[in-house]
Amino acid sequence: MTASEYIKHHLGHMTLGEKGSFWSIHLDTMFFSILLGAVFLFIFYRAAKRVTTGVPTGMQNFVEIMVEFVDQQVKDSFHGRSKVIAPLALTLFVWIFLMNIVKLLPYDLLPRIAQIVSGNPDIYLRINPTSDVNATLGMSIAVFFLIIFYSIYIKGAGGFAKEMFLKPFGVWFLPFNFVLKVVEEIAKPVSLALRLFGNMYAGGLIFTLIALLPWWIQWTLGLSWSLFKLLIITLQAFIFMVLTIVYLSMAHEDH
Amino acid sequence: MNINLTLLGQMITFALLVWVTMKFVWPPIIEAMQERQKKIADGLAAAERGKHEQELAEDRAKKVLQEAKQQANEIISQAQKRANEIVESSKDTARQEGERIKASAQSEIEQEVNRAREDLRKQVGLIAVAGAERILKREVDAGAHDQAIQDLAAQI
Repeated sequence: MTASEYIKHHLGHMTLGEKGSFWSIHLDTMFFSILLGAVFLFIFYRAAKRVTTGVPTGMQNFVEIMVEFVDQQVKDSFHGRSKVIAPLALTLFVWIFLMNIVKLLPYDLLPRIAQIVSGNPDIYLRINPTSDVNATLGMSIAVFFLIIFYSIYIKGAGGFAKEMFLKPFGVWFLPFNFVLKVVEEIAKPVSLALRLFGNMYAGGLIFTLIALLPWWIQWTLGLSWSLFKLLIITLQAFIFMVLTIVYLSMAHEDH
Repeated sequence: MNINLTLLGQMITFALLVWVTMKFVWPPIIEAMQERQKKIADGLAAAERGKHEQELAEDRAKKVLQEAKQQANEIISQAQKRANEIVESSKDTARQEGERIKASAQSEIEQEVNRAREDLRKQVGLIAVAGAERILKREVDAGAHDQAIQDLAAQI
């Protein structure tokens, strides 16, 4: 297998349906994101069921630290009252973190297992869902819908329309205002999704390149890049969460 | 980078995860944490109160101790005074008693002396009389001694 083939193979997806068509689905992205979502829910739901007001131990302690951390972030930047924002932020943070961290698993291990199990040497398996733009866009578009929903819910349809058409330059620049506003609103989910996707995709690409090095030197770059990646993983999950909170907070506020 | 149904699948997954978290995960944990926070705050307040009470009790104990000390000192000084008084008074009585005993002894001695003197006087009289009788028996010279005997008789 040549280097370019190897790289190309690692950038592919296990796809159901015709490649390149909208009516196809990335099985690996879906499977691993749902699996990691289930891991997240399993851990947190179990802790929530066993939660006590006494001295917290083990998993409860960890879960409470996460909850408190997210709750603090929400309290710091979100001034409205909503039951959805904090659980949403928690889900985003932990889920994205889990989806990112599977990147640190040995790079060829799971794809190789999949090839052996399926008996098909050309099968694709990308275990890192956040390096699929569909996954990140899916989350950020859901957040985008929430932003629109809350904008209309809090300010009313009239208030929302006023904000879209009359800000920031007043009534004489009405179409210009609207275009500006639409770009601003669209930029939110797109930047959210592409920031995460770009980071993870590029990180994966570099892992692929490192994997092309001779085996006895791989650990030098591999180790340092993995450690660096660990920071990026946490940071990207955190950024996604905080920006979501900020955007939703902006949607709640009258300017 | 091709957009496809994965996008919708991801949105649905995300929505479900958020819903479950909101419904089943977040409320019990946050409630328990708030309750624990309240418990801890109560505990701290109780500890503060206990500390304050202890300080008060210590103050009270100190005061009581001081009073007790003072009382004890008073009692000791009173007892000392009383003991001194008792010693003084018993000294006095002893002296008086001694003097009384001395006086009675002296008067007894005097009586004794008087009695002895009386006895002596009687005996001297008798001896003198006996002596005189003897002298008189040997040389009765009534004429010569008559004067003397008469003087003696007059004296006795």
